[in-house]
Amino acid sequence: MAATFSPPRLLPSGDSAMTVEYSRSIDDDANQAVLALDRALTDADIDGVTESVPTYRSLLVHYDPGKIGYDALGEKLLALASQPAPPTAKTRRWRVPVAYGGEHGIDLEDVAKALNTTPDDIVARHVAGDYRVAMIGFTPGWSYLSGLDKSLQMSRRQNPRLLTPAGTIAIGGIQTGIQCLAGPSGWHLLGRTAVRTYQLHRNPIFLTEPGDRVTFFAVDHKTFAEQDKAAEAGEIIAEQVSA
Amino acid sequence: MSRLIVASIGPASSVQDGGRPGSQRYGLTPSGAMDRLALAAANCLVGNALFAAGIEIGPFGASFTARDGAVRVAIAGAPRNADIGGRPAAFESSVTLKDGETLTLGFARGGAFSYLAIEGAIKGEAVFGSLAVNARAGLGSPYPRPLQAGDEFAVDAASGAPERRIELPKAVSGPIRVVLGPQDDEFDDENKALFLNSDWKISATSDRMGYRLEGPAIKHLHGHNIVSDGTVNGSIQVPGNGAPIVLMMDRGTSGGYPKIATVITSDFGRFAQTSAGTPFRFKAISMAEAQDEARRFAGLLRSLPDRLRSSDTVALNIEALQDANVAGHAVNAIDAATWHGHASGEIAEDSP
Repeated sequence: MAATFSPPRLLPSGDSAMTVEYSRSIDDDANQAVLALDRALTDADIDGVTESVPTYRSLLVHYDPGKIGYDALGEKLLALASQPAPPTAKTRRWRVPVAYGGEHGIDLEDVAKALNTTPDDIVARHVAGDYRVAMIGFTPGWSYLSGLDKSLQMSRRQNPRLLTPAGTIAIGGIQTGIQCLAGPSGWHLLGRTAVRTYQLHRNPIFLTEPGDRVTFFAVDHKTFAEQDKAAEAGEIIAEQVSA
Repeated sequence: MSRLIVASIGPASSVQDGGRPGSQRYGLTPSGAMDRLALAAANCLVGNALFAAGIEIGPFGASFTARDGAVRVAIAGAPRNADIGGRPAAFESSVTLKDGETLTLGFARGGAFSYLAIEGAIKGEAVFGSLAVNARAGLGSPYPRPLQAGDEFAVDAASGAPERRIELPKAVSGPIRVVLGPQDDEFDDENKALFLNSDWKISATSDRMGYRLEGPAIKHLHGHNIVSDGTVNGSIQVPGNGAPIVLMMDRGTSGGYPKIATVITSDFGRFAQTSAGTPFRFKAISMAEAQDEARRFAGLLRSLPDRLRSSDTVALNIEALQDANVAGHAVNAIDAATWHGHASGEIAEDSP
């Protein structure tokens, strides 16, 4: 994938990080190239590289300028990007239960109206999707998923909400996502999951990785309440299925 | 064991250390001290690891009381009046609080954050190697939130080691240096010049997540919505209203506004210490220069243990006193805080 993609641009992000940019828009091919470069960088184990942060369209590489300079690291990254992508480690798949609508998905009816259909139809289209974790960002565990049905794509809310609940499953633009912690969001709220993509005092603390596959299935609100208790106690709740 | 009680404390005060890098790919921001040099200097004075957990004290006053034994501490960072039961306590020096004594710190006089290091460091349950408070993520130990009066720390009893002071190089002044990018091409030359040639002030609504800047509106070439990409400490993003926000230690790990420039590592702490309302400028430098500065800054941190001096010469630091007095300020020979700021020209507006 990386091999067929035009060379990325190197952009300075201060003196200790560099952005390797594949695209300026949300682009599935670019995201695949980003994730491939991320794997290649991990395998290459370059002295001085401290961590990398994949996003939809770029890989942010943090490094220690006391160990490697901008130009030397840039050359190494471009060389990695020009090589065939290393094989993907076994892709993990998660089945994530969602309580759609009602108090847990306060925008479901409005989304259905806006798209001239029924709430059940919106849910059916949302659970039919085969999603990939394109990036995790903003707050811990916030998993941005690519692969949203084109018919569900709609622009974000005019007025973002300052507080949306932990576990919110929402759609915004051409993306859907799992929001782990309560916080602001301008997306349309379809439901909630008990799955914690980030939870302290659980092993693992972070559940999802960029590149993981995700599907959703609907559960009723009573099941959500039970799962939420179990999740609070440290259960993972999401079902892992082998790829 | 002794205890250190937070007798009083203002907002924006929390336990901080070197932070928890390494999990930004999961959306976890590293957090950590806003002024790493000041935390490291304070830790060094009491024999701790440079980035051990200490107390980051916001702009308001604070007081701490030793209980069940003596507690040895050191203060560095934004200068303030400091006393122990009425006798002045020197800044950038270690001091020992006897059982029952209270260290009282005034408002920050210039700057925003001071650091209290405790001999033996703050103890708690580390997550990803750090005790740093990140309130949004529920992280931080022993308190996963800003500190409040009544909080207390179980700490080592004072060792009785001789008190020390630390000789830091004179604070750098002048514009805050930046490297342009990663999205400086989202701005035309006129707006880049406006960014670099205008006076800016930090808004009072700033916090550990971001410093909002007041000044002219910076216009984008192609609108303000870009697709989110990764952020770093010191990323300067420009949202739709044109008022830049400099991302600080509790930033989101990704952001969707164009980033015109990035504050260099060696100027980040100095920038974090800029008082709200004090005018300053940015200056763009080359990557090579910025990386030289970053290496120099790392060297300065490494040199801290060599900068420790015996404490009994504090009152006789003639060079520093002369330096400060030349500028026409009266300084207190035994309170380093009164001359450090003047000598460096950093105190812009003193308290009344």
